[in-house]
Amino acid sequence: MAVYKRSYKGYTGVLTPPSSRFLILARYGYARLMRSKFVVIFLAVCMFYPLACLTYIYAAHNPAFLARLSIPGGRLPPVDGRFFYLYCNVQGALAYLLTAFISPALITSDLANGALPLYFCRPFSRREYVGAKLTLLLGLLSIFTWIPGLLLFAIESNLSGWAWMQTHFWIATGIFVGLVIWIVTVALLGLALSAWVKWKLAAGALVLGVFFAGAGFGAAINEVMRTNTGTVIDLTQVIHTIWSDLLRYDAGIDMPVTTAWIALGTICVICILLLARRVRAFEVVK
Amino acid sequence: MLQPIQTDSAVSSPPPKTPVIQLDRLTVCFGRREILGGLTVSLTGRTIGLLGPNGAGKSTLIQTLLGFCPVSSGTGTIFGHDIVRATRQVRALVGYMPENDAFVAEMTAVDFVGMMGEISGLPREVALERAHEVLFYVGLGEARYRELGTYSLGMKQLAKLAQAIVHGPKLVILDEPTNGLDPPARARMLRLIREMKESGEMQLVLCSHLLRDVEETCEEVLILKQGRIVHHADLAVERSANQRFVDLETVGADAGFAAALAGLGCACSVSVPGRFKLVLPAGFELKEIYRLAGERDLQIRHLSYRRDTLEDIFLKAMEN
Repeated sequence: MAVYKRSYKGYTGVLTPPSSRFLILARYGYARLMRSKFVVIFLAVCMFYPLACLTYIYAAHNPAFLARLSIPGGRLPPVDGRFFYLYCNVQGALAYLLTAFISPALITSDLANGALPLYFCRPFSRREYVGAKLTLLLGLLSIFTWIPGLLLFAIESNLSGWAWMQTHFWIATGIFVGLVIWIVTVALLGLALSAWVKWKLAAGALVLGVFFAGAGFGAAINEVMRTNTGTVIDLTQVIHTIWSDLLRYDAGIDMPVTTAWIALGTICVICILLLARRVRAFEVVK
Repeated sequence: MLQPIQTDSAVSSPPPKTPVIQLDRLTVCFGRREILGGLTVSLTGRTIGLLGPNGAGKSTLIQTLLGFCPVSSGTGTIFGHDIVRATRQVRALVGYMPENDAFVAEMTAVDFVGMMGEISGLPREVALERAHEVLFYVGLGEARYRELGTYSLGMKQLAKLAQAIVHGPKLVILDEPTNGLDPPARARMLRLIREMKESGEMQLVLCSHLLRDVEETCEEVLILKQGRIVHHADLAVERSANQRFVDLETVGADAGFAAALAGLGCACSVSVPGRFKLVLPAGFELKEIYRLAGERDLQIRHLSYRRDTLEDIFLKAMEN
């Protein structure tokens, strides 16, 4: 139907494959997010630390440069598990902050004005909807977490030689697994909590609040009960335990690795259940 | 990669005479509460009105057809596709305009409608082109670059209609489309519904508690009450089915004609000479009127049944 004709005409053309339609929602969501200057600036800021790490790796392999900087002993601490553990800490924290800022924008605008029935009355499932939102979040978080992490590892391998890469390949695995696990967890947490609060600001505060509340409650339980079991609800301690195990660095956290994995798995399952309960075309009042 | 529409069974045209909607003992329960109880009906009209008082189960029926509500027992099909087993195919054929607010406030109308078109399977360029077209069609052409959050209620209703038809569905389900509209906006909405019906491109289900909206647009009605079908009829047939009320005009000397009709058991009133309003008794045959007129040498100039309005039909259904 042409605009000037002003009469309705059906559609008899070709259709796109259903398997890739979830990317449409991710694309529109990305375009909306990128209109925000704050998000663009935040993403740029998130690249500062990887750039600093890159400079460090360059300096560590460049004695002339170190000499010019007058570093005592002419050597920097080695690029090892500790170095990448610190990298995971910084970038992981930034990933959590960005999730708290952007996940409410992804989901609350659909919930606030009842747009969900419009998605689900089409050949588009709830799983695809959540998949689209997760794809967008994971894509954005990957840009400044595990992707630059692996690039740093590759650069260090290039400068230190093939033998170093072979003996330290567990670092690459640790960076990838540790950060992917983390961004999946925070993305699920961000979406699940945002799905239950219609106001963006409140949803963002809730996502941040869970982080601090978990740490606070965990410490309180430990103090009152005189145990160490409260640590399992402290998300920071849980992920630090996993990172320190994967990157073979003793961070001094008194939590069994298995417990940390179980705690993280439980958090993810709870988030999926929360999403399944909330992301639906309409509410059934029994 | 794009797929030819001909190979996608989900969007193939319905075969001739396939009922638009067919229900067979369809029951829906929320918890222990039965919302829809054993609905059995076959709807074939081009425009189907879904009527009933508030809480009758109209919206639940629509949501069940779209696969939003779990079916407790029985079956339902849309163009032959099972609403439980082939939900995706059903949704590919349907456009839905919900009753309540449904939009993304931060998106412009053209982005929103285009996105909905793409999710329905239209290629990106086609979806954008059709988004512009349908927004012009519904009368939002000049406001299509405005964010939906800034729209008035009437404009939001039109935007909802636009997203429901952007992908060219075979069946459009409109849930209370005139809710909250002022008279000009309501007239505009009804005109659009009539135009869509007359385009022959789609079939429509209009769910409303406003009898006049349904009367103006629909050919077939399904009346629900407390989750059960209390009436289902072709509106044109139904309107003429009640043949008890007759308007009669005669020319000639009609003295005693009214009395003679009363003698045959008819309740008769004469408003002006030559004009009679009759209520016929059960089993009465019209040829008796012609016989009486013949005996008195009266010419019958006009004889017609008074048509039942949808309100009559609805009230009778409610009483039943």
